[in-house]
Amino acid sequence: MDALLEILTNLHPEVDFETCSTLVDDKIIDSFDIVTIISEINEEYDVVIPAEEIVPDNFNSAQALYQLIQRLEDE
Amino acid sequence: MLFTSYSFIGFIGIVFLLYYTLPRSWQWPLLLAASYVFYFIASPSYLIFIGATTVSAYVVSLRLDALKEEQDAYIKANKGTLTREEKKAYKASVKARQWKWLLLCLLFNLGILAVLKYTNFVIANFNGILSAFGSGGQISFVDLVLPMGISFYTFQTMGYIIDVYRGTSRAEKNLFRLALFVSFFPQLVQGPISRYHDLARSLYERHDFNTKTVSYGLYRILWGYFKKAVVADRILTAVNTIIQDPDTYQGGFVFVGMMFYALELYADFTGGIDITIGIAETMGITVTENFQRPYLSKNIKEYWNRWHITMGTWFTDYIFYPISVCKPMLRLSRFSRARFGDIIGKRVPVYLSSFAVWFTTGIWHGASWNFIVWGLMNFVVIMISQECEPLYQKFHNKFDVKENKWYGFIEIIRTIFLMSSLRMFDCYRDVPLTFRMFGNMFTHFRLRDLNAEAFLGLGLTGADYVLLFVCLILLVSVSLIQEKKGSVRDLIYAAPELCRYAVFFLLILAVVIFGAYGIGFDQSQFIYNQF
Repeated sequence: MDALLEILTNLHPEVDFETCSTLVDDKIIDSFDIVTIISEINEEYDVVIPAEEIVPDNFNSAQALYQLIQRLEDE
Repeated sequence: MLFTSYSFIGFIGIVFLLYYTLPRSWQWPLLLAASYVFYFIASPSYLIFIGATTVSAYVVSLRLDALKEEQDAYIKANKGTLTREEKKAYKASVKARQWKWLLLCLLFNLGILAVLKYTNFVIANFNGILSAFGSGGQISFVDLVLPMGISFYTFQTMGYIIDVYRGTSRAEKNLFRLALFVSFFPQLVQGPISRYHDLARSLYERHDFNTKTVSYGLYRILWGYFKKAVVADRILTAVNTIIQDPDTYQGGFVFVGMMFYALELYADFTGGIDITIGIAETMGITVTENFQRPYLSKNIKEYWNRWHITMGTWFTDYIFYPISVCKPMLRLSRFSRARFGDIIGKRVPVYLSSFAVWFTTGIWHGASWNFIVWGLMNFVVIMISQECEPLYQKFHNKFDVKENKWYGFIEIIRTIFLMSSLRMFDCYRDVPLTFRMFGNMFTHFRLRDLNAEAFLGLGLTGADYVLLFVCLILLVSVSLIQEKKGSVRDLIYAAPELCRYAVFFLLILAVVIFGAYGIGFDQSQFIYNQF
C-alpha cells in the first residue's frame, strides 16, 4: 500500500490519498493520470490493469485501487 | 426527413399519439417500427447497412455470451480439480476465442464505415501522389452511398459489442430489441452515442403518460428548435458569406466569422441534441446528456469534458485506455524509461494513445485533411497545456487568483477563442488556406473595417443583429442559471401555471416568428448530420 501511496502522491502531492474516496467522481484525477498510475503500477507490482477494469469504482480511492491490484495478482 | 421539416413534426406527432394510446407492451416495438420507417424514408438502401450492423452485432454478442457461460460452467464443474494455473490458462483460451469474434465484428462494421466514408478520400490522396510524381494516370472516384448517421450508429453498436466482450453488459437475446437500440430514430442522425446499459432500461420498459415528463420534453424540444431555427440558421448566412469569400473578408472579418461560426455550431449541435433528448423524454426515455455548457469551460481539457461528451467518453473508453494500457504499450513504456529516463518513459503511453484518439476523432468527423489537422491541433494544444500544468501550478501558488471571478472570466474567454480558432478548420476549404486566414486575422486586422455597412453586407439586417444579440444574452443567461442553480425547467415548472404556459407559448412564437426561415424550410441540415 505504501508504494501505491507514493505513486499517487508523486502525481498529486496536494491530495490526501489516504482519506480521499472521490478521486474520479470529483475529477481529482483524469484519464492522463489514470494511464500514468497504471504504467507505474505495472512497474512496481508487475500487474497489468486491463481497460475493462478502468471504472470509477476501482480508481476512486487508493484503497479501492489497492484491492484491484491484489485481486489481479491473485487471478 | 430533417428535424426541421413539417413532415418530421407530423411524424413525431403520430408516433407520440400511438405511443400512449396503444397497449404499453407495444411501445418499444412501435419505436422500432417508427425508427425503420424514418430510415426507410431517408433511403430504402440504408436499411441494408443498418440491418447488417444489427445482425452482426446480435450474432457475435450471443456468441461472446455463450463462451462466457461455457467458461463459468466449466470452472464450476471442475472447481475442485483445476489448479490456479490451469484455471488461468483456460480463461485465457476462452478470452482468445472471444477476441477473435470481437475482432471479426469490429472489422466487418468498421470496414463498412471505412469503405463507404473514406474510399474517395484515399483515391483523392493517391491521385495527388500520382500527380506529384508526374504520372498522368488518375483513378476514378467511386459512387458510394453513405447511410445517414452511419458514424453514430456504428460507434454506438461497437461500444455495445465491446462491453459484451468485456463482460460489463450482457448480450441482448432479442434481435428486435437490439435493433431498436441501434436505430432509435431521435438519436440516429447526430447522436448522442449512447451506451447500452444507459439507454436500454428506459428504452424497453413501459411508460405511462406523465404530464411533467412530457412537459419537460416539450420545453426541451422547443428550446432546441429555438436554438436551431432562430440562432443557427440566421447566423449561418453571415458565416457562409465570410468563409466562402476569403479574398474579400480578411483581417477582422476572419475573427468575426470565427466567432459567428462558434455560435452557429453551438446553437446547431446543442439545439439538435435538445430536440433528440426532448423527443425521448416525452416518451419517458432517458438519453445521455451530450453537453454541459461547454463555453463556460476554463481550459481545453474541461471543454472536451463538456462538449460532445458521449463521443469523448467513447474515444476514452474504447481507444485511449485500451491502447495506453495494452501490454505492448506498457513494454514500450518500460523500454523508454530504461532508455530515455522516467520523464519520457512516463509520457509515452499518454502521448501515443492521445495521438491515436485525436487522429481518429478528426477523421471520424469527416474524410478530409481539414478534420484530421483539426484533430491533431487539438492534440498539440492539449499536450502543451498538459506540459504547462506545473507552470500554472506555480503561478497559482504565487498569485491567489484561482477563485477570483474575473480571472475565471478571462480563462473562459481564452478557452472560447482557442477552441473557436481550431474550429476554423471546419470553415475554410483546405488546410493551407485555414492557416493563411488564421495569420491574416492578425496581420490584416483593422478596426475601421468592422463598420456597420460591412456587417450589413454579410446578408443580415440590423434587426437580425439585434435579435442575435438578444438570443446570445438569453443563451448565456440560461447557461449561467443551469451552472449555478441547476435545471431551468425545474424553475419554470415550480412557477405559477400561467408562467409555465407563457414560457411555452413564447417559445413557440419565437420559433415561428423569428425562425430564420421558419420550420419546414429545409434551408440547412444540422451540421453534425453529415458526420
